[in-house]
Amino acid sequence: MIQLTFLEIAYLIASLTFIIGLKMLSHPDSARKGNLVAAAGMLLAIVVTLTLYQDFDSSKLLNYGLIFGGLVVGSVIGTIMAKRVQMTAMPQMVSFFNGMGGACAALIAIIEFQHHQHSTVTGFDGELLVMLLGLLIGSVSFSGSLIAYGKLEGKIKDKVLPFNQVINMSMLLAIIVLIVYQMVAGSSPLVFYGILVIALVYGVLFVMPIGGADMPVVISLLNSFTGMAAAFGGFLYGNKAMLTGGILVGSAGTILTILMCNAMNRSLTNVLLGAFGGGATGAAKTGSGDQTVREISISDTAVLLSYSQNVVIVPGYGLAVAQAQHICHELEKLLEEKGVEVNYAIHPVAGRMPGHMNVLLAEADVPYERMQEMEEINDKFTNTDVVVVIGANDVVNPAAKNDPSSPIYGMPILEVEQAKNVIIMKRGMAAGYAGIENELFFYPKTKMLFGDAKATLQKLTAEVKEI
Amino acid sequence: MESILQFIGENMEMVYFLILAILLGVEVISNVPAILHTPLMSGANAIHGVVVVGAIIVMLQASPDNYLALGVGFLAVIVGTLNVIGGFVVTDRMLEMFKKKPKKS
Repeated sequence: MIQLTFLEIAYLIASLTFIIGLKMLSHPDSARKGNLVAAAGMLLAIVVTLTLYQDFDSSKLLNYGLIFGGLVVGSVIGTIMAKRVQMTAMPQMVSFFNGMGGACAALIAIIEFQHHQHSTVTGFDGELLVMLLGLLIGSVSFSGSLIAYGKLEGKIKDKVLPFNQVINMSMLLAIIVLIVYQMVAGSSPLVFYGILVIALVYGVLFVMPIGGADMPVVISLLNSFTGMAAAFGGFLYGNKAMLTGGILVGSAGTILTILMCNAMNRSLTNVLLGAFGGGATGAAKTGSGDQTVREISISDTAVLLSYSQNVVIVPGYGLAVAQAQHICHELEKLLEEKGVEVNYAIHPVAGRMPGHMNVLLAEADVPYERMQEMEEINDKFTNTDVVVVIGANDVVNPAAKNDPSSPIYGMPILEVEQAKNVIIMKRGMAAGYAGIENELFFYPKTKMLFGDAKATLQKLTAEVKEI
Repeated sequence: MESILQFIGENMEMVYFLILAILLGVEVISNVPAILHTPLMSGANAIHGVVVVGAIIVMLQASPDNYLALGVGFLAVIVGTLNVIGGFVVTDRMLEMFKKKPKKS
């Protein structure tokens, strides 16, 4: 009995660390410690479960070998993957781990269902309902996260089936009908596995048409799904640590999803149903053929930058892909030495996820106070001599402000067109991630500097050194 | 209908718990600077890895001759651990890069 009390106390402590950890994670100064606090709580929860957990009849508890085996295998693979992943590939890594959590919840539901078949509950079977919901949400999160992972890795292309929304809706309806049927008619393995299969397919079709810039929102949403699935598991075992952790992530994840949508000025329904960037509705007008862009040479750029008062760099995913953040920082230092004030303008959704670009720049030792958020910097663009846009596109597209027919209309953007000069570093004239043309490129004050971001920046840095 | 109410009544403590935890989650998250969205999402991702505790409990209860439960449970422990360890390590790597900043935003 005392053992069980200790177990409960340990779960209470673990729950507290999750709450405190999450709280600390939401402040820049304490974020790293917060992560460690939550991790320590997790370790505690796992250790006490292994050592103190007792069955109701205190019967033999077995299979320690297999459990430790699983823990070791999972830890080793997890650590290697997390250590090796490039900072640019971070979003899909998070998505992958999220999918694993969803799979875990679904697998638990499957085993518990096997046990449950022997029980003879009459009337409303709450336990079965919790299992079914855990199975449903866990599997949707699993297959959805893997698709999101594949998409961000570039292994899976956006695909919109004909009547995709109709198919999704009918599948959702089918799942609800099957769950109700199972609740009324009693548990049947056939129906149970039917729900599993439909849920897995639903996860795939749910993420498949959502493309481009909206993927972070989807990952965040699936993240909160897995939290809910974990909470259902906690309900099943009356396990408070699982409940707190799961619900906390479920609700916090939902809020985070909404915050991300707000950053892009779009509603969640719009993101989920719009198939934006997937090519379905994204067929915005292409630039009229007679417009031409002006190119600028590297040496001209070097001169322009060196004799400016202040320069603002707008980094985008292209910078990250080219692994050019380090050389970019070098250029910035060089210009600083020449007395040029250099700042970075970070759009809330620069990179692939909100905050992703800050992580990438911090990796290259760019000082925190040089990274300016959109609201701060937008007022300063009128006094900026040169804006250098490196591998960014949609976040500086003026169409978001003045073209109501554009799919990104209404999204807050960095108003770089107010600066005196705009230099766009780009690989070519391809459209941005959202798949739409950018009229900024055709403005008279805009100059294009084509080429790979890293190579161009290296040459540019060398030129600036010469001056 | 009556049995549904009965189920809720039996689990009233849980229902309280659920509602309070939801509100807590909302409260904890609001007012987060955009730059922390990614690490926060990643950290939250690691925390829901607590589902691995459920997988461990499943394994502890499974009889050694129930091969289906053992196999599926073993897999559940692996993927759950992946979620926990991978999630925390990735988050730590991200946040490590923020440490040198001298002052707050």
